[in-house]
Amino acid sequence: MSAVTEAAPAAAPGNAVGRSVRDSLIVAQRNLIRMSRIPEMLIFGLIQPIMFVVLFTYVFGGSMKIGASTSALDYKNFLMAGIFAQTVTFATAGAGAGIADDMHKGLIDRFRSLPMARGAVLTGRTLADLVQTALTVLVLAIVALLVGWRTGSDGDTNPARVLAAFGLLLLLGYAFTWIGALIGLSVRTPEAATSGGLVWLFPVTFLSNAFVDTANMTPWLRHIAEWNPFSATVQAARVLFANPGQSTSGAWPMQHPVWASLIYSVLIVVVFRTLAVRKYRSATA
Amino acid sequence: MPGAIYAEGLVKTFGDVRALDGVDLDVPEGTVLGLLGPNGAGKTTTVRCLTTLLRPDSGKAVVAGVDVLRHPDAVRRSIGLSGQFAAVDEYLTGRENLQMVGRLYQMRAKAAKARAAELLEQFHLTDAADRPAKTYSGGMRRRLDLAAALVVSPPVMFMDEPTTGLDPRNRQQLWEVIKQLVSGGTTLLLTTQYLEEADHLAHDIAVVDHGRVIAQGTSDQLKARTGGERVEVVVQDRQRMAAAVEVLRGFGKGETTVEEHTRRLTVPVTGGAKLLAEIIRELDTRGIGIDDIGLRRPTLDDVFLSLTGHAAESTDQDQSDAPHQQKERNGKEAVK
Repeated sequence: MSAVTEAAPAAAPGNAVGRSVRDSLIVAQRNLIRMSRIPEMLIFGLIQPIMFVVLFTYVFGGSMKIGASTSALDYKNFLMAGIFAQTVTFATAGAGAGIADDMHKGLIDRFRSLPMARGAVLTGRTLADLVQTALTVLVLAIVALLVGWRTGSDGDTNPARVLAAFGLLLLLGYAFTWIGALIGLSVRTPEAATSGGLVWLFPVTFLSNAFVDTANMTPWLRHIAEWNPFSATVQAARVLFANPGQSTSGAWPMQHPVWASLIYSVLIVVVFRTLAVRKYRSATA
Repeated sequence: MPGAIYAEGLVKTFGDVRALDGVDLDVPEGTVLGLLGPNGAGKTTTVRCLTTLLRPDSGKAVVAGVDVLRHPDAVRRSIGLSGQFAAVDEYLTGRENLQMVGRLYQMRAKAAKARAAELLEQFHLTDAADRPAKTYSGGMRRRLDLAAALVVSPPVMFMDEPTTGLDPRNRQQLWEVIKQLVSGGTTLLLTTQYLEEADHLAHDIAVVDHGRVIAQGTSDQLKARTGGERVEVVVQDRQRMAAAVEVLRGFGKGETTVEEHTRRLTVPVTGGAKLLAEIIRELDTRGIGIDDIGLRRPTLDDVFLSLTGHAAESTDQDQSDAPHQQKERNGKEAVK
């Protein structure tokens, strides 16, 4: 069996965690190269949130009642946290479609036949999506500033708190890409992953405090909206941005939005990562 | 001592379908086994079980001396897999693809880089090395896919229908690459539905049908099971077919089969070219015009037919030029 020893690959880095991180970064790099060669994807990913900002601001702005105010400026400042949160969750569809495409093309089979860390293919993909989401959020923030969004419109601006808000938003987006990963592994075609990855996001993002004041909802709907994990991050971002329209509801996630946002996001990562990795290990193209 | 690839009683069911129904295989180190069978026979499922992609319901599998079910990760270090689809990232360049695979085999960045360059050279991809793989032709992609499977020079290789969908020229090229590889001592399990391919590349052939190995042996051994050579005659005039059958009866070793619509007669014979000449003379003497005549040695097509009772591919094929046409058609089916 000399052939075996001869061909033995370089020893894997000492511990499992190190190997997992290393392999994940290799896969993330691969996905980032891919993304950079399909710039259309990034551009289309940007058009939608920018359209939302413009449309919501100018079409709905004048007639939306936030707290006691109906001013367009207040609505704009209220709206942005919601748009940011919605934008980061839309990365879900990209992750799902990408993974479904890899399955479809036989790449997942190749990866699974390699002596690499088990979760690395999915972790690498979600990390690459996180980078893309961060870029999208950056561009969106610039557009938002251009149309007149300001942090601290409800008090003082604190740069650390603004950064924390973006951190929570990106964490939410990262958590949602794991849901996308599971969807991507569960459907048969990349097309199904794209639509399957988007459909459920509409109720999740609209049954929330993102675009309207939950106080105006019927009570049962309001409870759903206030306990919606998505709303927690929106509320947290609004609080940290010091933007108007923060919910005064007594619901725990609205009272402790930063903690609620953190807990929800971490919980989503843990649950969906476990499910997705398990699915990956038995994936059949 | 079991071979480099060893399987015993592999069973895998998908719902009601028994994809593998007790597959036994034993491939000695340094040899090539051709797993031959039609679509849906269980070839791919066998490969997936042996390469850790799929867990069999029962049975035993040992690859490169390691138990596949107990130590899948150790097996992965010793195998290379080249699948039915050229599994490369089409937005990455050839070089990037190979480097990534090398690194995921746990090679260091520098080693992976050097190895990628070496493989690109070996597979004649150096000129295209820094172009995204989506600009590659089908043959180039297959070569890249194969190169990716060879990054660590694994002692055991699996190739699942490596030439499906390729044109004859590219198929020839890939065959050369595979032959070179095998001459270096790699153990290879190759699945194919091209009988010609198994004949060409494999030391041993295992014929699979309905999830079972129904015959195994060298190409010659399998052909011997089908019986010897035959003479095929295409008679010019339908009216003279009966007379031609009469002639063949005198030379043949068995029943003459008659295909009415193609005016083709087939009879088993012994005696080779000499006999063929005699038949031609006799037909000529009797004034029976012929469009075509030939001595036909059994092909793996015949083997398959006699073993399974159905052709490897669809049955309505004109046998004389079957191998080529069938390949083309199957290629298309498989690409779908």
